[in-house]
Amino acid sequence: MQESPLKKFHQQHNAQFVEFAGWEMPIRYGSIVEEHRQVRESGGLFDVSHMGRVKVSGRHARRFLEVLCTRKIYDMQDGQCRYTLVCNEQGGVKDDVIVMRHDDDEYTVVVNASNREKLLAHFEQVRTANDFAAKIDDQTAKTAMVALQGPKVMEMIGKFSQEIPTLKRYRFTVKNLLILKVVVSRTGYTGEDGVEVILPTSAVDMALKLLLKDVKMDQPDAAIKPAGLGARDTLRLEAGMPLYGHELGEEIDALSTGLDFAISLDKDQDERGAAFVGQEALKKIRDNGGPARKLVGLTLDDKRTPRQGMVVRQGDREIGIVTSGCMSPTLGHPIAMAYVDRDLTEIGTELGVDTGRATLAAKVAPMPFYKRG
Amino acid sequence: MSYPNDRVYSQSHEWHKVEGDELLLGLSKFAVDQLTDVTYVEVKPVGTAFKAGESIGEVESVKTTSDVYCAAAGEIVEVNSKVVDDPSLLNSDPHGEGWLAKIKITDKAGLDKCVDAETYGRDHAN
Repeated sequence: MQESPLKKFHQQHNAQFVEFAGWEMPIRYGSIVEEHRQVRESGGLFDVSHMGRVKVSGRHARRFLEVLCTRKIYDMQDGQCRYTLVCNEQGGVKDDVIVMRHDDDEYTVVVNASNREKLLAHFEQVRTANDFAAKIDDQTAKTAMVALQGPKVMEMIGKFSQEIPTLKRYRFTVKNLLILKVVVSRTGYTGEDGVEVILPTSAVDMALKLLLKDVKMDQPDAAIKPAGLGARDTLRLEAGMPLYGHELGEEIDALSTGLDFAISLDKDQDERGAAFVGQEALKKIRDNGGPARKLVGLTLDDKRTPRQGMVVRQGDREIGIVTSGCMSPTLGHPIAMAYVDRDLTEIGTELGVDTGRATLAAKVAPMPFYKRG
Repeated sequence: MSYPNDRVYSQSHEWHKVEGDELLLGLSKFAVDQLTDVTYVEVKPVGTAFKAGESIGEVESVKTTSDVYCAAAGEIVEVNSKVVDDPSLLNSDPHGEGWLAKIKITDKAGLDKCVDAETYGRDHAN
């Protein structure tokens, strides 16, 4: 099993570990609900070193990514991050990734841990098929990645850097920490403001010490506390963000995810653009009236929680399936995401979730469930 | 903390504290820690009869939903309404205030498969 470069830090904070995509990662340090609240109200530090970090560089790097990604790459600026999907030929979702543009021929692609090997093979296959002059360099093992998320994070970072708090959302900057390069982006997966930081493995101990110098993490009122993958999941669910293996998968076409902002079916129309893998299949789905099911949010006035795989019904009729669900720590009631027949996606539509024991009354609700103030 | 030795523990992490022909049933601290923050507790109604190893209710946490089993056969005679009203009791005091149900034992044979606190604690440090 792969160990995070932050393992010592986790052990010092009494982490409970879990295996995730071949990595030993902290699921929580104490209570998931408390870590969740800490992030919503102040700040949390997440180790996301298991995420894949792949550098794509070379003369054809941009064109190469244009073919891989469902979203336009050609209009990105230096220092910009962009959320996009990577599809298979059938338009199914291979992964959702963040592309960071260093310059026209150098990019970092952050991919899901569970898809890294698969994507590396896919990248290589597309590169070879198109004879692109591009280098694919998996930098996951030599780097670490942490996310600092929460309303008090930028204030804390302002003590170290004047520049970082001025970054706009989905922008990044490269800072030098002594002789080491640190990539800081204003991105995240919690619905809160904050940053994600990619740094060399060898810099982890020093960077944590420096960063957390004035944060007394073990004090009850610490501005920043460690938060695990458990809280990360409930936070992203409240923020209406999809997760591979739940809302996204190879069998789920990109259009039914509702991530329309991340899919440009006309990418090939610009002279700098190119058709992406899966584009033709998605156009066909669109032209035939669109996907049969769409992703919706569900809210419940219940104590019981819908879980992945539970059937969604209208009356006796099976009309959908739950992909994620949790008792929302912020809202105090259960929330879920589900794929349902497209004529039942209107906000307020009353549906039932079959737990196998009982049917829970649920309503289609707008996402995100939670939006920061 | 060690496990109380006045009760026996099942493979599925319930504790059974036998008192005469009744037993008190709850979840081990190990199980509760695995579940994390408990958000919902449901026990079948008083009067429900069940066979050994049958589910007598369920516990939900932020992360997951899990069945609760009783190693013996019996009938539910009391449900801990306190833990139903305040599921966090299960997190804070799983071996005490967080008990789930009182059971009238009709066949205790299944309890033989349970282990004592020392054996359970060896495999499930808390």
